[in-house]
Amino acid sequence: MSMLELRSVSKRYGQGANEVDAISDIDLAVERGSLVAIMGPSGSGKSTLLTIAGSLEEPTTGEVVIDGARVSGMSRNDKARLRRRSVGYVFQDFNLLAGLTAVENVSLPLELDGVSMKKARAQGMVALEGLGLADRAESFPDQLSGGERQRVAIARAVVGERSLLLADEPSGALDSVNGEAVMRMILSACHGGVAAVVVTHDAKLASWADRVVFLRDGRAVDETLPPPSPEELLNPDAPNPA
Amino acid sequence: MSVRHSLLALLSEGPKYGFQLRQEFESSTGEVWPLNVGQVYTTLQRLERDGLAQSDDIEEDERQKNYRITEKGGEELSRWLRTPPDLSEPPRDELVIKVLVASRLANVDVYEVIQLHRRYIVQLMQQWTRLKEDESHFDLAFALAVDAELFRLDAVVRWLDSADGRLHRATIEPTPENALALPSIRRRTGTHR
Repeated sequence: MSMLELRSVSKRYGQGANEVDAISDIDLAVERGSLVAIMGPSGSGKSTLLTIAGSLEEPTTGEVVIDGARVSGMSRNDKARLRRRSVGYVFQDFNLLAGLTAVENVSLPLELDGVSMKKARAQGMVALEGLGLADRAESFPDQLSGGERQRVAIARAVVGERSLLLADEPSGALDSVNGEAVMRMILSACHGGVAAVVVTHDAKLASWADRVVFLRDGRAVDETLPPPSPEELLNPDAPNPA
Repeated sequence: MSVRHSLLALLSEGPKYGFQLRQEFESSTGEVWPLNVGQVYTTLQRLERDGLAQSDDIEEDERQKNYRITEKGGEELSRWLRTPPDLSEPPRDELVIKVLVASRLANVDVYEVIQLHRRYIVQLMQQWTRLKEDESHFDLAFALAVDAELFRLDAVVRWLDSADGRLHRATIEPTPENALALPSIRRRTGTHR
């Protein structure tokens, strides 16, 4: 079963003459353990797609299914709970709370969900350790480098039992070595069973994904073919999959 | 592969007969580069004409002539080995021409052509990235070489993205600037209306 499924999802903004289709008729399924990248130019609907996939916004038509549950039929509270428990977000600008330490930032979503402070903190430490940041747990965001801040943001996105990771240009303004480190972390979360969707315009980041979906004017126009089998790699004379 | 320099390389091992050079050339290039007899002998004649090789003039038959490399020929071989290859990247230039041609043809969707190439290159990048994924056998030299390939391919994708955007803008707002840009592109690539 897919962790995330979008069925004929469309989003329309404005009315009458100002009507704009941000995304049209998108079908997308992301399995647990897999990393899907969405590539497209600015204004192609990448971010809209991600906010709808994360149930932060309602589609105009179509259906979003997260972990088997149809989001459109849910109450506001149920939706908020689903987001807290299953969905992690990583944004370009990290969005860490400046007044909280790294570990407080990471454990906050658990505390909001009613987990005891002690237990939330313990899980937060596990997530930070997983990203090699245990020794920075008590630092405040402004005491961390850009790369470290993004690692904290990823730890916050995967803390607890979260199984859907949504990232919007997660390497932000990081240099290419740090950007690669971010993708490695997202990939390792996927190997641990998380389903991830990364929106980016950077082909180097997108190439870490199992599958790349190309968006144009709000439509999924194309996607990469599955990787060649080991036989094909060993037999270079075989016809190229492209 | 340069026939001329391969023959010079074979001659640098010592004097050889025409037919012997042909045999050795064939066995070293295998079936990949099947060569007709004429190509070896005409190349040998040219090497001699240019003073890079010398033959004894006793035999009329090229096959029976004994060839040896001259000092000038040795210098030429050494120079060739050390000359950087052409870095103008023909595949990329080929891509530029394809996109330009597609943009001029009314019955071709240039965006579809761009996307087809974009997908192909991203797939190539995925293959390179997968090689880097396994950190247990991390090899710095290998990582640097893979990065170089990824950056090169990334530049091609960026060019495709920018071509996509530029063509799109030119269709929705045909400004005088855009109108001026097209003839100069046509001139440089030698394509005509």
